[in-house]
Amino acid sequence: MSKLLASLRRGRTAVIGVPFAWLVVFFLVPFLVVLKISVSEMGTVSVNDILSVKDGVLQLTLRGTSYAFLTQDSLYLQTYLSSIKYAAITTAFCLGIGYPFSYFMARAKATIQPALLMLVMLPFWTSFLLRVYAWKGLLDENGWVWQLLIWLHLDQGLALMGVISAPGKFMNTPFSLVIGMVYTYLPFMILPLYSNLAKMDLRLLEAASDLGATPWKAFWLITVPLSKAGIIAGSMLVFIPCVGEFVIPELLGGPQTLMIGRVLWDEFFSNNDWPMASTVAVVMILLIIVPLAIFNRYQAEAQENAK
Amino acid sequence: MSAAKRTPFGAGFARVFGRAWLGAGYLFLYLPIVALVVYSFNDSPIPNLWKGFTLKWYVKLASDDEMLGGLWLSLKIAFFTATSSLVLGTLAAFALVKYRRFTGRTLFSGMVNAPLVMPEVIIGLSLLLMLVSVQRLFDSPNAGPIQFWIANHLLGRGAMTIWFGHLLLGMAYATVVVQARLQGLNPQLEEAAMDLGAKPFQVFALVTLPMIAQALMSAWLLTFTLSLDDVVLSAFLNGPGSTTMPLVIFSRARLGLNPSVNAIATVIITLVAIGTVVASYLIARAERDRANAIAQAQRDDG
Repeated sequence: MSKLLASLRRGRTAVIGVPFAWLVVFFLVPFLVVLKISVSEMGTVSVNDILSVKDGVLQLTLRGTSYAFLTQDSLYLQTYLSSIKYAAITTAFCLGIGYPFSYFMARAKATIQPALLMLVMLPFWTSFLLRVYAWKGLLDENGWVWQLLIWLHLDQGLALMGVISAPGKFMNTPFSLVIGMVYTYLPFMILPLYSNLAKMDLRLLEAASDLGATPWKAFWLITVPLSKAGIIAGSMLVFIPCVGEFVIPELLGGPQTLMIGRVLWDEFFSNNDWPMASTVAVVMILLIIVPLAIFNRYQAEAQENAK
Repeated sequence: MSAAKRTPFGAGFARVFGRAWLGAGYLFLYLPIVALVVYSFNDSPIPNLWKGFTLKWYVKLASDDEMLGGLWLSLKIAFFTATSSLVLGTLAAFALVKYRRFTGRTLFSGMVNAPLVMPEVIIGLSLLLMLVSVQRLFDSPNAGPIQFWIANHLLGRGAMTIWFGHLLLGMAYATVVVQARLQGLNPQLEEAAMDLGAKPFQVFALVTLPMIAQALMSAWLLTFTLSLDDVVLSAFLNGPGSTTMPLVIFSRARLGLNPSVNAIATVIITLVAIGTVVASYLIARAERDRANAIAQAQRDDG
């Protein structure tokens, strides 16, 4: 018996220890390295180490240079704010489109629900990069969506709202950026919402209607509050990655849509300024740490409740 | 009371509105994919201006060494990523589902879930900076052959470092998929096997594994496609000679519309479509066989 227990304990240590150690080395430690480099200074060819030995004494040099620069140049602040703005707009559109979508999916005939779900998942399996690229073709002059929007005369209104630069020019504008992000992240909103709404006990709605609630009232007082966990999980799954999105702004956003992911990229690849890139990353983590904590809490709760 | 009557609108209106909403949503999701395929057959250097049908972009693709080389490298990295993510992800899922309490459980589950939403630029940057820092520790002028090998081959930027990055992301997705399946399992089956004298590993291999096989398959496929598709992590972690297919596509797409991208897109979409149809057929058949076997067993019992 004690032998069995011992082997169980060894198994347990390995099952927990291997992935744990891997995550510490490849996820936690890299963040500490970024934190360290963000307070270092760029030397002539590479980053100066914060620890140095001078006259036989170990010295710790912390430089707030990049942080100071970040607060002095208002472009960084503007970019952070604009990233949050675009991420919030994208989340709102995803919720507005995705909630009714998941609702109707979850209330469709049980026999066709697996097929409907499969159809939402399928685009996941085809390349995300290629689907973003496809929007370039659709929105550029003569593309299908370009033709549709021109035919509907929607470009005038969009230009008045200031989301496109001029009538007939949809590409490289806030409009094309948001379309690309909504398109890419919509399934991330639909899937948690659907799994939440599909599990709902429909007898609650019967009870509400027996007690005299109109269907509309029952929807707002019962269905929506019960799907709160799905709404939060979906919104975080959209909002957090959108804040730091790089590929979509690069392909669809054009130069005037400020996104912090691109700033980080340019600091690293064009300016070769590692401390600055690290500082941008550290501040970005600080911005998303609260949504991240909310996401983790709901994820953990959902996993507990599934038992 | 029918399901339709429970919707907040009149039954007829709800049905029409619901169908229209779903239809519009699916149109939105699939329109770009259809456009990619249609434009790939367009006989014009500007893909979205239709001039007539052609296959010339596919002929060109066949001799596009940069793209095909990238595809081959991406397939190799994706294979190793999917396989290793599955192993680590299954372990992590087991740890989270089977062991309710252990030191650092909150940190552990946080680290498993965070890569799902963490912006990829942050993951890519931090992983690269760590690799460079470690590499520097080994790469001193008086380094021995082992240190030299670690610094220049193991940690030098290339397919190996891309694999590290993809594995981090893939593991998170694999854990979520396997975890969801493990939670749905009836623990009594494993307990019964234990009571009948099976060792823990036997329980895993003979009882648990067959029950979660389908989830393992989908986790493998999901991480395979994730890796095959990744741009940002690969851009940070790649080195000379390790340009993956998404990096080739990305560098061309940045410059504008490019028919070669439409052609490779159509090839990928076709492969994915075939794979999905085959996989769903196999899954449906396995489910039917299992249902039949259960029904048979119950009949034999009675």
